Amino acid sequence: MPDIRLANVSKHIFRGINLTINDREIFVVVGPTGAGKTTLLNIIAGVTHYSGSVFIGGICVDKVSPGKRGVGYLFQGLALFPHLTIESNIAFGLKALGMEEDVIKNRVVSLMEMMRIKHLSSRYPHMLSGGEKKRVALARSLAPSPQILLLDEPTSSLDHQTAKYLRSELINILRKLGITTVYITHDLREAGEIADRIAFMSGGKLEQVSTPKEFFFNPQNDCVSQFVGMPNILECTRSRILASGLVEVTSGEIRMILPYDGSNIKKIAIPPEDIFISDVMPPGPALNRFTGVVEKITELNSTVRVRVSVGKNTLLAELPEAAFDELSIEEGSKVYVVIKLRRLRYVE
Amino acid sequence: MKKTGQLQAVWGVLPILVFLFLWEIVGRFNLFPGQFFFPPFSSVAKEFYHLTANGVLGKNFISSLTRVLIGLISGSTAGIAVGIFMGWKDIANKALNPIISLLYPIPALGWLPLLMLWIGINELLPITIIFICSFFPVVYNTTTGIKNVDRRYVYAAETLGASNMRILFKVVVPLALPNIFTGLKLEAGMSWRVLVAAEMVAIPTGIGALLMQAESLVRVDIIMVCLIVLSIMCLTFEKIFALAERYIVGKWSNYA
Repeated sequence: MPDIRLANVSKHIFRGINLTINDREIFVVVGPTGAGKTTLLNIIAGVTHYSGSVFIGGICVDKVSPGKRGVGYLFQGLALFPHLTIESNIAFGLKALGMEEDVIKNRVVSLMEMMRIKHLSSRYPHMLSGGEKKRVALARSLAPSPQILLLDEPTSSLDHQTAKYLRSELINILRKLGITTVYITHDLREAGEIADRIAFMSGGKLEQVSTPKEFFFNPQNDCVSQFVGMPNILECTRSRILASGLVEVTSGEIRMILPYDGSNIKKIAIPPEDIFISDVMPPGPALNRFTGVVEKITELNSTVRVRVSVGKNTLLAELPEAAFDELSIEEGSKVYVVIKLRRLRYVE
Repeated sequence: MKKTGQLQAVWGVLPILVFLFLWEIVGRFNLFPGQFFFPPFSSVAKEFYHLTANGVLGKNFISSLTRVLIGLISGSTAGIAVGIFMGWKDIANKALNPIISLLYPIPALGWLPLLMLWIGINELLPITIIFICSFFPVVYNTTTGIKNVDRRYVYAAETLGASNMRILFKVVVPLALPNIFTGLKLEAGMSWRVLVAAEMVAIPTGIGALLMQAESLVRVDIIMVCLIVLSIMCLTFEKIFALAERYIVGKWSNYA
């Protein structure tokens, strides 16, 4: 599979971008709305004009039409042809390539089986659920055996369970095909799960391109850290395996039990939104629960940041305004701190 | 389900039956001012039978139908072709749009005096009028339909390797069909209205001509027969295109 290189590429707010996406890499692009993420995909696909040069597999493709760039594109909104059945949608690219009917039929059937949509073959897109449509769109973009796959928010507008299921299937398929992938998402957790590297875009600029660990633990500037939510980073002085997949780590007075398959955790990053604060003792076992003292309260737009000292550690929590209003706390109050395990990140 | 359908059919027909009944009463008992000129429905029905049996209605109807079919089919086909060209190629749109915009507002019948001088009073005259009547709205609706197709569908087809012609005829034109049908439905009924006017003014055969002959003979019953035929034909033509639209577009019309 080829690598992708953008050399000094510009388009509207997208100015002088230089970027290399490696062969077989899953390259995830995150960033706020209007950052230029979709423009990046459109430039690689060749469906928009741009200045500068794009190289695919070392060959300049600036003059190459979108259909000959070897790119599969899953559009945001999917762009399934509403007047064609699912089978015809998937076969569209194969017919355009002039393949024989038998070959097309076999390829379409195998893709539908891979995506588990064979039972939908004669339906029209408007008859399908959101998740089914995404599968069809993915099958259609994979049909002409592209060397590069561009995915524009493939799990957006799906319910949590469906998105999770589709994501895990998508990861399996991408790993199995070993296809160079550029993947756009708003979901940082999703980015962390699937990316080989993550790029953060804002205002048409690439603010940071790094591995997921670097991205979450070392945001390179304020812009990135604001988006990621500057995490609480705890230096671990001790970590030991309690049982298979369960580790106890110590950081100062904080002792936490975490689900983890390694043993030597050196740092933990906890997003501020994943620290729960209460003025009364929360019900349930005292697991990963601590007492602390409120040091500072800062009101933001729709959230409130609360800095709490737990022994020698300081934790920053970010609460929705409505949740904060229900608490009766002020600076100096004693509070209970519960750490949610949902989005913890570790460095070994 | 079947019962609901039957009930709907009854509700569709019932007002017409009531209307015909009232017409019959008003006509039969001379309840309408100018009673001589208002025959009851039964007299109109009887005259319809006579005109059909002696072939007068059939002959004139076939003349009108032929003109409408030739004019409508050629006007719509040309309109769709020019509309596709204008919608797909910006340069064609820039070149033709000012001309179309100037000519479109002219009522089809406004062309009649000019065409009488250019073409003369013959079969080509009503056909040309219907052609003009169909052409401009279909061009307008087709161009709009082609231009309004979401660019993402075009991008998707491009990335899948489709040629320009394949994108146009396999993606863009099918997606513009709802707009194209809007133009066709509009003109299907309109072509009959325009035809009758042309026949009344200049042509000696057809439903319009029969109307004028009946007027000169003060045969209100024949006039009413002609009006009923026209009403049915306008409705039938509109319905044919509506059914065709439902058959072709209805399967997928809820966009993804």
